[in-house]
Amino acid sequence: MPSGAQLIVQSLEKQNVEVIFGIPGGAIMIFYDRLRDSKIRHILMRHEQGAAHAADGYARASGRVGICSATSGPGATNLVTGIATAYMDSSPVIAITGQVPTSVIGSDAFQEVDIVGIISPVVKYAFQLKSAREIPIVFKKAFFIASSGRPGPVLIDVPKDVQQETIDEIEIPREVIVSGRGVISPDPDPIMVKKTAEILLNAERPLIICGGGVIQANASQDLLNIVESLQIPVVTTLMGKGAIPENHPLCMGMIGMHGKVEANKAIFEADVILAIGTRFSDRSTGLFSEFAKQAKVIHVDIDESEIDKNIEVDITINSDAKKFLRMLYSVLSSLSYKKDKTEWLKRIAELKSQYAHVYERDGVFLKPWRIFKIMREELPPDSIVTTGVGQNQMWAALHFPVYEPRTFITSGGLGTMGFGFPAALGAKAAKPDKHVVCVDGDGSFLMTSQNLATAVTENLPVVVVILDNRSLGMVRQWQLMFFNKRCTEVDLGSVPDIEKLAKAFGAEGFSIGDYEEFRSAFRNALRNEVCTIIDVPIHPDEKVLPMVPPGKPLTEVILE
Amino acid sequence: MDAFRRRLINVDTITVGESETRGLSRIVITMKCEEEIAEKIVKQLRKMIDVIQAQRLDIESSVLRELALIKVKTRNLDERSEILQLVNIFRAQVVDVTTNTLIIQIVGNVKKINAFLEILKKFEVLEIARTGIVAISRGLKCLSSKNGAIIKI
Repeated sequence: MPSGAQLIVQSLEKQNVEVIFGIPGGAIMIFYDRLRDSKIRHILMRHEQGAAHAADGYARASGRVGICSATSGPGATNLVTGIATAYMDSSPVIAITGQVPTSVIGSDAFQEVDIVGIISPVVKYAFQLKSAREIPIVFKKAFFIASSGRPGPVLIDVPKDVQQETIDEIEIPREVIVSGRGVISPDPDPIMVKKTAEILLNAERPLIICGGGVIQANASQDLLNIVESLQIPVVTTLMGKGAIPENHPLCMGMIGMHGKVEANKAIFEADVILAIGTRFSDRSTGLFSEFAKQAKVIHVDIDESEIDKNIEVDITINSDAKKFLRMLYSVLSSLSYKKDKTEWLKRIAELKSQYAHVYERDGVFLKPWRIFKIMREELPPDSIVTTGVGQNQMWAALHFPVYEPRTFITSGGLGTMGFGFPAALGAKAAKPDKHVVCVDGDGSFLMTSQNLATAVTENLPVVVVILDNRSLGMVRQWQLMFFNKRCTEVDLGSVPDIEKLAKAFGAEGFSIGDYEEFRSAFRNALRNEVCTIIDVPIHPDEKVLPMVPPGKPLTEVILE
Repeated sequence: MDAFRRRLINVDTITVGESETRGLSRIVITMKCEEEIAEKIVKQLRKMIDVIQAQRLDIESSVLRELALIKVKTRNLDERSEILQLVNIFRAQVVDVTTNTLIIQIVGNVKKINAFLEILKKFEVLEIARTGIVAISRGLKCLSSKNGAIIKI
């Protein structure tokens, strides 16, 4: 007679779960006791927020569902930031939390918290189990909900007595019913696809905006087929970075607040814009009312509620990105007329060369773009980069070109500082044969740096490059630019000594002073069999530029 | 409820009950807001897991009803007979009587209930309990599970 805990382990094995990121505790010990007998690898984190980020990083790197687990009460509440991060970036994560026994739920028992109530606004669904009998069905549903439609996190809260309860062998129903449009990958309306094809073929200056939805749908190749056959230039959002190789001649890079000038300009010069898998976030579009107002915009999104949410467009298609792109490709191949786009492509090339110099300026102090240039030269194309949040993230997005989907992992929607390092551990667990580099800021890194212990003891040799300006750099930049240079509470002082911090955890640490030292430290780090941190001093006045001030249209860019 | 709270929209009434299909609840929510916001909220509700269908009902082409129970204090016989007359006029019903109170049940659209309550103001109304609005669209057009989002896995 299996126990609830055994049924959970069996359900996870059935879904081919390889790894769980978590921390045990009182209310989930029974599950952990059973997990010990399984082949599933458990990676012991040092804070539950890190467990959720690691599961998220695993999911984004692999395209599979990432699993994290924690105990009740504080264990569960510590997951919330990580789960909210996954929710905002549509990442399929399942969180399993222990809960106090059903007999005492509602009595403010030790380590009791209503995690279902707390987490509901930031998950696709939250289950609380009442009986071990529900386990096979609930886990089947949870994996489906997390990974279907627009992906997102799911919570399963398991009271202690449910883990303990033994039941007779139960028959698992062959079919389980799930409802809600949130689990559906809608097919595109063929009439609208045909219309889109005709509009694209008749456009003089067409442009594609590619969002994270293209990566989620594993539709990069389908995108490329259309881009190349029609010769349409592409810009991406932050989440769409990597959907198309950034060294592709038709890729213009990222749009938005810190986007490439040429990419933002193209938005305002295009006559037709096809936006796929993007929710038009305020950071991507600048002032909503000005965004691409001269262009005819076609918006394709898997989530109906994203359509007409931020930007009102001309044509809306509620569809999975891959299904849409495939149908569009087949429709396009049946149509033949083509507008001459030579002028537009010339203009695109001109924009690219016109602004190439603004990103690569040298100075007395170390420049982030040169650090990224060296990293790119040293890393194989399929290496994975994760980032923290703030200046480090925007510098990475601007200056580090990526060539494959799922190789740039960043917290876009929620902007969670501390995301990068645990996400890198998750990515490394998913792809042990690839190099995984976390680019972080000193402020961001310190928020989850206790997981260095995990990196060392669990043998996850990721490389951390800290762009260390001894300050909360992005806040400082805003204070310099918009708060009369009054820099308030952003100076982090001269602690910690990053090199010593690394060594205290048994990791390797380097401090570098110039580019050549960085190159050799980075080479060493890639060869190292232990997690290695490189501390790169960056001047605190170094800004992320170009920048479009918040609430302004993308055309109002500050270059220096 | 998150979809409403996030936009700081006050829900006026919410009713939940069984529907024509076993195991399927019908929830009717009423609120005051811009049409465009209502449309966005409906889309948010529609994507929630367990929600099979969500639609905005057009007031003109739907039947809306509410039930109210009203407890009134009657100080003397005159008051009591006056109230009973009003109950008749409004096609309401007396469902409980004590020596000095009446409980009146009234069913109708919101306008009718509000008018009745307005007229009862001259008496001493002790308590009011309203169900909130239930609604259904006229004609063959139905909010049914048949065209809803259900997947077998």
